[in-house]
Amino acid sequence: MASVDQEEGNAGVEAGTDSQGRYDGAGSDSGARAAADGNRAGIGGMANPGKYGIERVAYWLMRLTGLGLLAYFIGHIYETSSILQGKMGWDEFLAITQTTEGHILLAIVIGMCVFHTVNGIRVMLGHGGVGVGRAARPDYPYVPASQNYRHKLGIYTAIVLAAIAMMYGLAVMFGV
Amino acid sequence: MALQAASGPAPAQRPGTQRSITLRIARSNPAHDRSTVGFDDFEVPYEKWTTVLDAILEVKKRLDHSVAVRYSCRQATCGSCGMMINGRPGLACFTKIDELNSSVVTVEPLQNFPVIRDLAVGFDSLFENHREVKPYLDRDDTELDNIADGELKEYPQSPEELEQYIQFANCIKCGLCNAACPTMATDSSFLGPQALAQAYRYVGDSRDRGKDSRLKVIDDSHGIWRCHFAGSCSQVCPKGVDPAMGIQMLRGYMLGFGGGSSGNNQK
Repeated sequence: MASVDQEEGNAGVEAGTDSQGRYDGAGSDSGARAAADGNRAGIGGMANPGKYGIERVAYWLMRLTGLGLLAYFIGHIYETSSILQGKMGWDEFLAITQTTEGHILLAIVIGMCVFHTVNGIRVMLGHGGVGVGRAARPDYPYVPASQNYRHKLGIYTAIVLAAIAMMYGLAVMFGV
Repeated sequence: MALQAASGPAPAQRPGTQRSITLRIARSNPAHDRSTVGFDDFEVPYEKWTTVLDAILEVKKRLDHSVAVRYSCRQATCGSCGMMINGRPGLACFTKIDELNSSVVTVEPLQNFPVIRDLAVGFDSLFENHREVKPYLDRDDTELDNIADGELKEYPQSPEELEQYIQFANCIKCGLCNAACPTMATDSSFLGPQALAQAYRYVGDSRDRGKDSRLKVIDDSHGIWRCHFAGSCSQVCPKGVDPAMGIQMLRGYMLGFGGGSSGNNQK
């Protein structure tokens, strides 16, 4: 039986604690949930790319590129709607993308699109149980079979392809 | 006893000298004050075999007895002493200070769980989610119904069928996977990798007949579809359960790609 070593509490009643100031767990569901939320890692803990290897970096990049592509999609709709202002309005808006900043922005969009697509295929296969290994009795030091070379290769491939696509896009846009 | 914390790698041991580290322990008491979380630093000697739990108990024994920590077996079996060790979930009894290669070891309560005090957290949500996925063989008959010739007959199962789920039966409910999970970090309603992997443990068991009712529980917007296969749960599991594999195989089973046991789903 596990024990909790602590001094006797003498606090008043609060959510998640009993009259002795001790934690009462499920005594108050909303109180316990609020207390848990107080220690929840939040957005910073969700990203945390430094502690859990390349898979966590891929997770973080997947979310970031997804949000980036959503922002681009909204901006793209706004941009193409300028056609309603006639050819002059369309040309004026299109000129924004012909600047150095516009080229860099488009190169980033190309990179996001390629990474999101390639990594998305890897994740979808994984979600179907493809390439995650087979259940077996684990032996110390317990290397997780689901974090195998196939998925790591998929992540690195997505990153490298995104970098190549960005460089190619920059070369075309800047006429190198 | 508060000391200035040093940073950088652990110094090499010289003959005749005893090495020591600075142990930074997170201190808080939500029952008194929810807003104050501080750190106390303690200089603790250590040997090659000293675990983080040993160091914490050394602090309790000699420097500050008021440090709150939960522990029991000291051999990675009970799952009681999970905590954030240098920012990563780990069992204090299963983590050697020498292997951390740091002169400062920071211990904090497990993330995504309510703090009781200092390093002790409440596991009610973990156990509640575990209960929700029906962690037992769900069938209408019992072993007693199989009595033939006056002998009790067990549910038959081949070694191959056992291999389908035995890995996931190693779970000690330490909560490290839930602390590492990026979805748990922001979604308080998510079932979590521990419960989902345990759901697969029974879905993959050929003796179970309750797959349909179990899958109804996890087929939810805060259930299995919230897992994004970051794999952090598997990287911190101290027993090699590999919850990420179990969850993906369970999802594959639900999507019709295979996985699970071939047993009858009906009770």
